[in-house]
Amino acid sequence: MNGISPSREHLVVVGNGMAGMRTVEELKARAPSRYRITVFGAEPYANYNRIALSAVLAGDKSLDDIVINPRAWYEENGLDLIAGDPVLKLDPVTKTVTSVGGRVARYDRLLLAVGSKPIAPPIPGVNLPGVRAFRDIADVEAMIDAATHRKRAVVIGGGLLGLEAAWGLKRRGMSVAVVHLMTTLMERQLDEPAAHLLQHELDSRGIAFFTNGQTEEIYGTDRVEGVRLADGREVPADFVVLAIGVRPNVALAKQAGLNINRGIVVGDDMRTSDPAVYAVGECIEHNGQTFGLVAPLWEQAKVCAARLAGDAAAVYVPQPVFTSLKITGIDVFSAGALTAADADDDEITLHDAKRGKYKKLVMRGDRVIGAVLYGDVADGTWYLQLMRHSNDIAMIRDRLIFGRAFAEQALGRNEAEMDVAVMPESEQVCGCNGVNQGKIRATIAAKHLTTLDQVRAHTKASASCGQCTPIVRAILAQTVGGAAPAEKAAAMCGCTEFGHDEVRKAIVARGLRTQADARRELGWKNADGCQKCRPALNYYLLCAWPGEYRDDSRSRFVNERVHANIQKDGTYSVVPRMWGGVTTPRELRAIADAAEKHGIPTVKVTGGQRIDMLGARKDQLPGIWADLNQAGLVSGHAYGKALRTVKTCVGSEWCRFGTQDSTGLGIKIEKMCWGSYTPHKVKLAVSGCPRNCAEATIKDLGVVCIEAGYDIMVGGNGGVTVRVTDKLVRVTTEAEVLEYVGAFLQLYREEAHYLERTAPWIERHGIEYLKRLLVDDAENRRALYARFLYSQRFWQTDPWAERAAGADAHEYAALETVG
Amino acid sequence: MGALTQHTWIDLGAAGDVPRLGARKFRLGNETVAVFRTSADEYFAVIDRCPHKGGPLSEGIVSGRTVACPLHGWVIALDNGRAVAPDEGCATTLPLRLVRGRLHLGLRCKGAA
Repeated sequence: MNGISPSREHLVVVGNGMAGMRTVEELKARAPSRYRITVFGAEPYANYNRIALSAVLAGDKSLDDIVINPRAWYEENGLDLIAGDPVLKLDPVTKTVTSVGGRVARYDRLLLAVGSKPIAPPIPGVNLPGVRAFRDIADVEAMIDAATHRKRAVVIGGGLLGLEAAWGLKRRGMSVAVVHLMTTLMERQLDEPAAHLLQHELDSRGIAFFTNGQTEEIYGTDRVEGVRLADGREVPADFVVLAIGVRPNVALAKQAGLNINRGIVVGDDMRTSDPAVYAVGECIEHNGQTFGLVAPLWEQAKVCAARLAGDAAAVYVPQPVFTSLKITGIDVFSAGALTAADADDDEITLHDAKRGKYKKLVMRGDRVIGAVLYGDVADGTWYLQLMRHSNDIAMIRDRLIFGRAFAEQALGRNEAEMDVAVMPESEQVCGCNGVNQGKIRATIAAKHLTTLDQVRAHTKASASCGQCTPIVRAILAQTVGGAAPAEKAAAMCGCTEFGHDEVRKAIVARGLRTQADARRELGWKNADGCQKCRPALNYYLLCAWPGEYRDDSRSRFVNERVHANIQKDGTYSVVPRMWGGVTTPRELRAIADAAEKHGIPTVKVTGGQRIDMLGARKDQLPGIWADLNQAGLVSGHAYGKALRTVKTCVGSEWCRFGTQDSTGLGIKIEKMCWGSYTPHKVKLAVSGCPRNCAEATIKDLGVVCIEAGYDIMVGGNGGVTVRVTDKLVRVTTEAEVLEYVGAFLQLYREEAHYLERTAPWIERHGIEYLKRLLVDDAENRRALYARFLYSQRFWQTDPWAERAAGADAHEYAALETVG
Repeated sequence: MGALTQHTWIDLGAAGDVPRLGARKFRLGNETVAVFRTSADEYFAVIDRCPHKGGPLSEGIVSGRTVACPLHGWVIALDNGRAVAPDEGCATTLPLRLVRGRLHLGLRCKGAA
């Protein structure tokens, strides 16, 4: 029974970090009331995710984001938290711990989860002001402060932590150099080729490297001024981060006379040499091994909690673990052996230097014992599984390096297929349309469906965002067995066998200038086309023949035809353009007046820094537009597969951190790009500094200003599948930014499939492809830019003004009553 | 529905006022009637309400003898109102005739259909 009684045993936990609190969570789940629990933490915070400090430093997360358990959690679980008062003394005889603040706690059981300490190199100068480790919140706050007030940072140590620190400081605008003792970076996790790719990438992001660099001295008089290397090289710096490694924190255990070696020695039961004292996490040593990654900590926490709960069978067995680097846009995965150790071992490698992709598997016989991946890490967890389960991979050995999907084709199955086999009927497969697995299976059986399109059509599963397509396909394959016919390359629609690329090419190559020509020449099955291919063809033609092709309003989706967004009740919304998100009292007054005059029921601020007037009847639209036009407001194209907004922050005109005039640049970009139709909607942003308040790194194209110029980032998305941009290029002038923006948009306009956002388009080709066409080939870039500007000559007329003046009047006529 | 009687034909105006591959709407009692015109200049009258979620069919893209509802993409046959398989449902069609270039809508009680 778990009834609360005063005679409960007292568990004291020293260490309020990830390992200690995970153990408490596990214990609470197993034996909620067995112990009265007191937690001592050295830092004055609740429990937070230390691993995510890199993300806080890089500005991707805030401190609030990384809290694992807030103080309320301690209260709810009846835990006594003493934060900010480190334990100084442990007496195993009297079973007491004593804190710096003089608190004494008597325990029945003690859990040590005191973590590790950064290693300080034995060199002069480590105590100078301006020298920090990278371990806790206070360190990160010091680093963020340094990035604001200092210019040049040196990070000593090119391992995981050092590189994350370097990138974070770089993102915050410092110039950064990394000094590393070894020849290659992250030598414990990466082999040479992967390390070179990594260094090359970081180098191109502006981080300088001093490898084979033995730091001899950190010099400076009142504060740090630089770092001197043994070979005489000097690296000036006004801030230094020490990241050469950590060692288990054994001070308390040592003082108490527990058995220690490199760490606090524990057995398979997570017990130290004192049977009342347990230890988990980075402070321990188990079978001669110490731990610096999070996955083993979770395992240890589980075993320790089981033991504390009275399960005498729980034992800790270390599993292969993986490392990944938390730097935006750099994908690194490493697990197990780095290289073949002897004649029994082999290596399988795949190296595509141009696209920055590298994969190596270390094999022992037909088992995987190690994996190093750079650039494409999607299959990392699968390789890790193969290692953990020691699977015999002889059957798929020749396909192994190409990843799970390809390898398991050989076995006649795929990842999703294996997942659906164990999926419960009630599990929701398609979140967009609320369809569960049972419904899909039942419909396939009842209607004798055999293709994905049919399943989509009947159940709507995977018919909206498409993310669950692999699962739906797998359910289909399982339900009908081997009977499902292979599906051919995606045709544009049921009217044609041709795919989007073939149609686009034919339009240009064969000079097809009207939809009727295209449908006839390409053998369309339906003379009119259908609701799927007509808007696509219309777009492809207007993109290919600017100024010549006559836009077909009957091939436009209603929103683009009537220049407003249809709502669920058949009314429309009106969103005027606000250049760069900047408005004036006069414009706001015009919006307010129009909203009142026309009885607009809802006025809402949009995510793109403008104002949405919702609930207008169609016949009201021209009147509203006329009123808005009076104040100079024009269509915001919020309804179109078109340039939507250019979001900006206030930039150097007002912001104390702003490095460039982001607002002004955003307005220039929007003035250049507005009115352009694109394969899908396009959202841009300009941030005035790397703090990135305009969220430029999840936009189709984002400009991030820095002191030295402008970073142009592309292919971001904040929708169903969040994707962070890839960096295209760094430039130094606004004129170059405009040229790149125009060229990028034109390339997207000319090459993407209709209804394909920039993110999947870039994923199809890889960022290197874009770099080749836009960065390396300046002539091509200028030609694209010129074509963009030429096309814009025909599209920068306000469609609202034309309709307010009477164009397409039949669309907006008030309803005639008959009968 | 008392205002609606069987086989009364009312004049909706010139057929040419309906845009090709488009529709024109009329208010009829509590309902909106959409009159569609195909690329072959055939005309069809349908109550402007998709059987799925009531979307305004008149705003959809017309191809062949079908219209795609603008809200969720159901495809409705204009001649009989049926949703094109695999969707299931039926929009209400009304009799329509072309008399010397003018459209005449035939009114009848719903229950008599």
